[in-house]
Amino acid sequence: MNNRHPGLMPVLLAALLAACGQQQPQATKGERPVAASEQAVETLLEQLVAAKPGDVIRIPAGIYSLDRSLSLSSPGVTIRGAGMDQTILSFKGQIAGAEGLLVTGGNFLIEDLAIEDSKGDALKVNGVENVIIRRVRTEWTNGPDTANGAYGIYPVQAKNVLIDGSVAIGASDAGIYVGQSRDVVVKNSRAEFNVAGIEIENTVNADVFDNVATNNTGGILVFNMPNLPMAGHSTRVFRNRIFANNTRNFGAKGTAVASVPAGSGVVINSNDLVEIFDNDISDNATANVIVSSYFSTGYMTKEGVATSFDPWPQGIHVHGNRFTGGGDSPGTVELKALKTLKFGLNGRLPDILWDGFANPKPPAGTPPVLCVNNPPAQVLNADGPNKFKNPALSTTHDCSLPPLPAAVVNTSWADTPAK
Amino acid sequence: MTRWPMALLILLLAACGQPQGVRFHENTDPADLAEWGVLHRDGTQLQLAEGVIPYELATPLFTDHASKLRTIWMPPGKAAAYNPATALEFPVGTILSKTFYYPLDEQGRAIATHGPAELRGNALDVRHVRLIETRLLVRRETGWVALPYVWNPDGTAARLKRIGGVEKLTLAPGVAGPGGDFAYVIPSSTQCGACHVPDAATKALAPIGPTARSLNIPSPFISGHPNQLHLLADGGQLSGLPASPPANAVWTKSAQPLEARARAYLDVNCGHCHSATGPARTSGLHLDAATPLSHDLGLCKPPVAAGQGTGDRQFDIVPGQPERSILIFRMQSLKPNEMMPEIGRTTAHAQGIALISSWIAAMKGSCTVER
Repeated sequence: MNNRHPGLMPVLLAALLAACGQQQPQATKGERPVAASEQAVETLLEQLVAAKPGDVIRIPAGIYSLDRSLSLSSPGVTIRGAGMDQTILSFKGQIAGAEGLLVTGGNFLIEDLAIEDSKGDALKVNGVENVIIRRVRTEWTNGPDTANGAYGIYPVQAKNVLIDGSVAIGASDAGIYVGQSRDVVVKNSRAEFNVAGIEIENTVNADVFDNVATNNTGGILVFNMPNLPMAGHSTRVFRNRIFANNTRNFGAKGTAVASVPAGSGVVINSNDLVEIFDNDISDNATANVIVSSYFSTGYMTKEGVATSFDPWPQGIHVHGNRFTGGGDSPGTVELKALKTLKFGLNGRLPDILWDGFANPKPPAGTPPVLCVNNPPAQVLNADGPNKFKNPALSTTHDCSLPPLPAAVVNTSWADTPAK
Repeated sequence: MTRWPMALLILLLAACGQPQGVRFHENTDPADLAEWGVLHRDGTQLQLAEGVIPYELATPLFTDHASKLRTIWMPPGKAAAYNPATALEFPVGTILSKTFYYPLDEQGRAIATHGPAELRGNALDVRHVRLIETRLLVRRETGWVALPYVWNPDGTAARLKRIGGVEKLTLAPGVAGPGGDFAYVIPSSTQCGACHVPDAATKALAPIGPTARSLNIPSPFISGHPNQLHLLADGGQLSGLPASPPANAVWTKSAQPLEARARAYLDVNCGHCHSATGPARTSGLHLDAATPLSHDLGLCKPPVAAGQGTGDRQFDIVPGQPERSILIFRMQSLKPNEMMPEIGRTTAHAQGIALISSWIAAMKGSCTVER
């Protein structure tokens, strides 16, 4: 790719507009393609059900109106559009199905198309190995709305996943959401006006870099949820631009992201070994970085959470980021009060907010919760374990952690599609 | 026109109309359901071919109040093997069929029913019936294959339609409530896998209905109502049947324990996806018969990726409080992004919701949030 930041100008424009208080999702540029014929839609449906390994399904430019979910179960299939603003699968009139496109076949490559206005998730890839999603746009064209589908780009229980040069707008949960997966790279992508811009959950070995996350409720999230077959660790978040993620939280109550305050840059919850470095993180009105435990989500119960679940974040390493602004208008009443109390009406919360929970009896070899080598950034310990009674600047984070290895994603399979 | 060609035509047509018995197609997918010979439209009857066994499930899947006719055909001399957990292990050459239809009232509206198909003499009277689709699962050497056949409006022929479709229907007022227009959605052949891939690791298509526990009821179709498992075993078509196989409750039999009826309903309507190996394993919510009452079954369990499917509720099951349980919200919803199951219905199943609500209402305990 010669353009490493697709749509950077519109992003800047949107940021400027946001600064003026007009939070509008970026309209799709240029002319929309014409509607595809019913015959063309039928052809696409036929190609998907008849697909076999080695097939390349080319979808010419046009708006394809679909009333039901699409699904692809064959491995080794490539779906190729004519560009993310040229080939548009529109689910505005969808009456059935929980996704736009559901994929359950591995060695899957999808590129150069858009999935718009699906009732549920836009693109879900479930339980496969070898996935490339590049230059794909998932968008809810009406902007932030609780009624929008939950996830835009959504690989789950996948291995060897590359998401590159993609765009996710308007998801009522996460724009780009990688769950319960291994060996993942998310790069050169843009997430905007979602509740969570990019979310890595219960995933092992993920690199998230050269992305833009702005105008979300939270920019980039790295979470662990209980009761799942795998716990996540080892995620690197670097060289991203994570700014002005101040959109109100429009997620449905009861979802994990509903606990994210508007104005969050990077949020770590219950995850381990996360390295956050060399990012430009700015103007996120609650805090540029939040490190929190499952206790702060409001979902922790004895009855409902497996005893094997580790609710504490550990080994979170923040270094060499460039922080500017932010913390000046926290997204919850409690945090607003805290800010005014501790830092004055015109003050701001420090760049890094920690809820203060830590394992009281850490097993041998447990890394420290949080190491910060990022002057002049400061850490506020919100004192969660004492019911948030005595929040104070925390100075116990002058430690160091070894760098995490790079996530390795092998894409050589795509050179010779499986037969 | 001379009389000869006409007479010839009539003869040929008559020949076509003769039942020829079941024919297994190992390598091709016939475009016409009749090519399989399992079901034969004969005048006002949909006739089961010789050797085709109708069966019923203790508690069936809800599919927009459709009536269903289910059949098994195995090659002569072959038998299925018993399995305590999954569907019976059918031999190569097996054809399972499931025909979805609605009896019609005088105004042509679909009548909601539950209970077994009303067969007479191994045939279904289709005079006042709208046949919708017949789904075949056929066991070839290479594995199971799903073939969706869609009936024409006259119900005289069903054609293979892999991309599925939508039938606009009107439900008559009755057991399902006030009725009204609804869209019956015929799944595509790839969508069959949304339910019929019980193990996401192998991705192999498989039957899910005819488990031993679901078949373990008296046959409503055979005189004397012998137990369906015994019927197969006695006919040499089932091997390895133990003395006391597991049994799902019949969800409508209020004399049976509430817990057992609720668990049978969840097992059949949810457990094929929501198991440790099924497509919904990613949710951590397991609703199959084998899962004990715990957070795995939803007790105080926070959702993982429910989106708006939470209905602004916190936990899948809140003991004693169905109105605060996500499970009930998702059964009630008609929105594609909120509803469960994700496919197979566009209407809600009021009786099923009532059953699961009663079960949750009777649960003791609470979900205590720790902070």
